[in-house]
Amino acid sequence: MEIKAGESYGFFTDTSVCIGCKACEVACKEWNQLEGNEPAFLADSFDNTGQLDAQNWRHVKFYDRVPDRSTTSGNGTAFLMMSDVCKHCQHASCMEVCPTNAIIRTEFNTVFIQQDVCNGCRNCVAACPYSVIAINQKTGTAHKCTLCYDRLQGGLEPACAKACPTQSIQFGPLSQLQQTADARLEALHSQGVTQAQLYGRDDKVYGGLNAFFLLMDKPEAYGLPNAENAVLPSRNNIGGYAGAVITAVVGVVAGLVAFRRRRMA
Amino acid sequence: MFLAAEHFVRAPDWEWFILGYFFLAGLSGGAYVIATLLRLSGDPRDEPAARLGFYTSFVLIPLCPLLLTADLGAGWWKFWHMLVNVTPGNAGLNFKYWSPMSVGVWLLLVFSIFATLSALGAWLADRRGREGPPLLGPLSVAFNVVGALAGLFLASYTGVLLSVSNQPVWSDTWTLGGLFLASGLSGAAALIALLTRYRPEAVYSLVRLRLADGYFSLLELILLIAFFVTVVNAGTGARTIATAPLWALALVGLAASLVGLRAEGRRMRPSGGGGGGAAVASVGANAILVSMLVLIGVLALRAAVIFSGQ
Ligand code: SF4
Ligand code: SF4
Repeated sequence: MEIKAGESYGFFTDTSVCIGCKACEVACKEWNQLEGNEPAFLADSFDNTGQLDAQNWRHVKFYDRVPDRSTTSGNGTAFLMMSDVCKHCQHASCMEVCPTNAIIRTEFNTVFIQQDVCNGCRNCVAACPYSVIAINQKTGTAHKCTLCYDRLQGGLEPACAKACPTQSIQFGPLSQLQQTADARLEALHSQGVTQAQLYGRDDKVYGGLNAFFLLMDKPEAYGLPNAENAVLPSRNNIGGYAGAVITAVVGVVAGLVAFRRRRMA
Repeated sequence: MFLAAEHFVRAPDWEWFILGYFFLAGLSGGAYVIATLLRLSGDPRDEPAARLGFYTSFVLIPLCPLLLTADLGAGWWKFWHMLVNVTPGNAGLNFKYWSPMSVGVWLLLVFSIFATLSALGAWLADRRGREGPPLLGPLSVAFNVVGALAGLFLASYTGVLLSVSNQPVWSDTWTLGGLFLASGLSGAAALIALLTRYRPEAVYSLVRLRLADGYFSLLELILLIAFFVTVVNAGTGARTIATAPLWALALVGLAASLVGLRAEGRRMRPSGGGGGGAAVASVGANAILVSMLVLIGVLALRAAVIFSGQ
């Protein structure tokens, strides 16, 4: 595949075929030279990564769906698995609040944090609704998936997509990925898998996600805000400032009233 | 508007430095506003207390950037990246009106200039032993009014900054900007009242400073109720339980102001009989305690908000 500047690229992560092998996590760490966190026993099924953070730019989530009763052969879903990643949102909360403009949109329409510009204020951490960004303890700057910006510039696909053995992670031009996702959804629905749904494929969630998903349950089950709750930090500017202005006016009047009162005695 | 009760967001770990900054920014901005209002009261005998307010604001303001820069993960010297865009090929100033952190950095800079010049004016007037109206008269007051607008912003934007995020509690309410402002004004009034001990002529304004503190606290109480209503409505009220001791301290500070308001209100009535020296003498005994409780309350309120959200 030829990777061209000026075109939109992204990931289509199809959770219905994820087998939880974590090849994506390993490939990401290897390419991006991420040391990983100290190993810890998380007591959380097969998850030993725990979260997306400065050391984990791909994280395979495991949601326990082991049925209480035995089911017929072929119908026993045990886990929902999902390789989570930065969504490279079209309306990115992190980018919206960053005061240094360290977070930029690249020529591949992905969201990238410039390490030499970031000063570690952590405003983006408070803003990202997907808990993607974290501070790297060594550099003190904000880290997250770069969508392998350096590989794209060299004409290579991202490491996670290349390593994924089941094609759960697919990389490509956004329009092409969207067509693939639509066809996959239709196939699943026609097989009676009605719970399958796309997340971030259209513009209802943050104007569309460059890294979008096919889910096997509602978004909340995967720790993703639904379309109604996918809101930008700036929504609170008007209410917040209005509250402050009204308080300022009342406060100034109250102060003047207090200071203009004369002692009557 | 405040729908995002479903939060899957990471905490930014804004802790002690940021708490210190929010506290001092509230007091510094608040002190400047109160000093300006005292000048606007039209009574030249309020000028010593007004100057005290400008000094207070000036002394606190340099600590603000110190705390802010100390909190930066990548090193304090990268503070200027907030002001200047260092992205290669994209040089220019950084100003995003929709990001309170970006606006706040500029306003902190602007306010610092006002605080410095106003304190300088007060110092020059003091040095010349000048009583009554400030140097340059109405021009000074006009300058102070503009500075007070910046002070109002400084004392309140920190609350808006928390709300302009996707954090639980913080982003579930519109009240934080107002709440921080009301408590900053109340704390500043209490602080100036406390400092009148070191400037006897300023004692003239003491009773009315307490009165103003009480009014600001009433406003704060209303906003505090609105805060809990909005947060409970959004479904994140339970997150305030762990910080209950801090909320309790904030309420003690509020109560101290309100008790002060009642006492001063009585004193202001003709039948109260107090005034001038008598009022001052009786207030003096409790002044330190009331002011300290109010200031602890101002700090506790900010701590309660910060630690409820993350
Ligand atoms: S998922 Fe988070 S970090 Fe990634 S672009 Fe969206 S807001 Fe930014
Ligand atoms: S931590 Fe870095 S990337 Fe994040 S908002 Fe601050 S300057 Fe921007």
